[in-house]
Amino acid sequence: MSGRATVLGAIRRALHRGELPSDQATLLRARLAAHPRQLIPARSQVPHAEQIALFIANVEREFGTVARVVTPDAVPEAVAAYLAAQNLPSDIAIAPHPELRAMPWDDRPLLRLREGRAEATDAVSVQHAFAAIAETGTLMLPSAPERPTTLNLLPDTAIVVLRAERLVGAYEEAWDLLRNELGSMPRNVMLVTGPSRSADIEQALELGAHGPRRLHVVLIDDAVA
Amino acid sequence: MHVATSPDFKRNATRAIADVSLQKALANSRPQFMARRGRAVAALPEFEALRDTARDIKNHTLANLDFYLEAWEAKLLTAGGKVHWCATAEDARKAVLDICQAAGARTVTKGKSMIGEEIAINDHLERAGITPVETDLGEYIIQLRHELPSHIIAPAFHLNLEDWEAQFRKSHTDLPPDRVFHERRDILTEARTKLRERFLAADVGITGANFLIAETGSSVIVTNEGNGDLTQTLPRVHIVLASIEKVVPTLEDCCSLLRVLARSATGQKFSVYTTFSTGARRPGDLDGPEEYHVVLLDNGRSAMLGGEFQDMLRCIRCAACMNHCPVYGAVGGHAYGWVYPGPMGSVLTPALIGIDQAGHLPNASTFCGKCESVCPVKIPLPKLMRHWREREFERHLTPATVRRGLALWGFVARRPALYRLATRAGAATLGWLGRKRGRFASLPLAGGWTGGRDLPAPEGDTFFARYAKAQRRGQA
Repeated sequence: MSGRATVLGAIRRALHRGELPSDQATLLRARLAAHPRQLIPARSQVPHAEQIALFIANVEREFGTVARVVTPDAVPEAVAAYLAAQNLPSDIAIAPHPELRAMPWDDRPLLRLREGRAEATDAVSVQHAFAAIAETGTLMLPSAPERPTTLNLLPDTAIVVLRAERLVGAYEEAWDLLRNELGSMPRNVMLVTGPSRSADIEQALELGAHGPRRLHVVLIDDAVA
Repeated sequence: MHVATSPDFKRNATRAIADVSLQKALANSRPQFMARRGRAVAALPEFEALRDTARDIKNHTLANLDFYLEAWEAKLLTAGGKVHWCATAEDARKAVLDICQAAGARTVTKGKSMIGEEIAINDHLERAGITPVETDLGEYIIQLRHELPSHIIAPAFHLNLEDWEAQFRKSHTDLPPDRVFHERRDILTEARTKLRERFLAADVGITGANFLIAETGSSVIVTNEGNGDLTQTLPRVHIVLASIEKVVPTLEDCCSLLRVLARSATGQKFSVYTTFSTGARRPGDLDGPEEYHVVLLDNGRSAMLGGEFQDMLRCIRCAACMNHCPVYGAVGGHAYGWVYPGPMGSVLTPALIGIDQAGHLPNASTFCGKCESVCPVKIPLPKLMRHWREREFERHLTPATVRRGLALWGFVARRPALYRLATRAGAATLGWLGRKRGRFASLPLAGGWTGGRDLPAPEGDTFFARYAKAQRRGQA
């Protein structure tokens, strides 16, 4: 007997039944299709301006940083300013995303950009956020040709560009954006909350375990103006 | 499979209590875990209600486990993944090795996986000439020390800074032996550098799974280091080790469980990396594995369904029960003698390796109830331990002296007048004998009890006598 038949048979024997009757299976399929929301904490169900404030507070509490700019055109300048202030190199691996491509990077000739996935030698990445979640200060980064996963992981410093209108309150709202806009589940969806860390040595928190030591969000928010 | 030392629990525990280094580590780590969880729970008004939600989601899934596993599998197959159904640990070891050999693997990186420990996959790969490399910082040092993890989310719970330093000097012999570790950060940096090379060289990456999602065919891992993500992103082949009870219906259900998981485990609102993986690299993708396999393990879990131990299958492996357990706090994880320590281990281990092997574990409890009170999915752990004690008694695995003692106690307890007389006489005698020291280091016929701890001398009368007295005074 195949492993599959053995395991499913053992489950059904233990539950004292055969396969689910078709009417019950239909109900369960309807539940999967409707994917009902469960209890959502109230803290993120607030007006958008408060969600932005909550998001920023949560990112900072988790040792990330946030810079706010008014237009996409101001992103290259904000990235250059951050790297200079942190005394970091200006070679950047950047996601080949149309929104990032449309930004005036040429105005910052000191920044040297390479589009594509990250390699082990890359020190700084610029990634595009699909969405973000105020509830816990979390970025949603689904994999796609224009959003390589390695950019989230290999460089020491990860910079993520987020448009404020992509910020929602709870995870459930972000999943609905993803369902509506992408249709099916991408290969990989990372929910990122702050820079990499470990507390395995004596339960004391140290940043920069295997992933980035620094996580910097550039938030494009025209409401600031 | 790892040789269980659970039958030697009593000897393990005695040794652990005398282990100065272990006691130092326990005294340092446990209060931190408890305080962090306490703060996280206090900061979320909906936490208690979310525990009910989490319990209900898991109960619903377990009652329909076959349906949700088939739904998950169907979705994953359309996303280009492969599922290997394994009834036993042996089947799972074979499935993993077959995939690695087909990939021509020489080194395999590993994210943290308790299923990997349960099936002892590292030994199996090594015997076949494949080098497994643990990449979670805690698992890494455990592997260097040839130990089992002593905790399900903090594998190196039992180690102090000096143990890390000593092991790194011993293992990383290519580095200058006179290098100085000023602080924890230097340890972390050395491990990061060492493991970076391994990540880049690995042919296969093996991770665990915190959840499987029927709606999308996904597997989910939760980490803070990012090692699990590097493990599953860089090599050509990704293998997920998951057990059957990990499946949940939808992304919404998963989010509800995630809300209680990190808070219960580390006291974080959310872990740093919560990653949903669904199949292999898609057309146009610049990174990600070319093959994605899930090795789906039963190994005794299906037999827990439909009976008194089904509640245990709700467990989401947060470790809150062991972080709050006075027994775990006194002896640490290794004393339990197998993969899963603490209260959850005391219930799960007998189900997986047999009550004849693990009978001491459900007895190693004071039934204080703290584990159940912090469990994010409300598993009645003390009740389940009591079920194991009953099974042990029914199968005549309980030692003869204990059985005779219980029979004598049962005889007296069924005769209230005799019981009250005997307990009053006993309490009075012991109270008088112990009036100076307040406790007994040894007592005739009670060597089994006093061998491990002192017996406090009774102070004053029995409960019945005091109750009766108070009632006469009109206070009760």
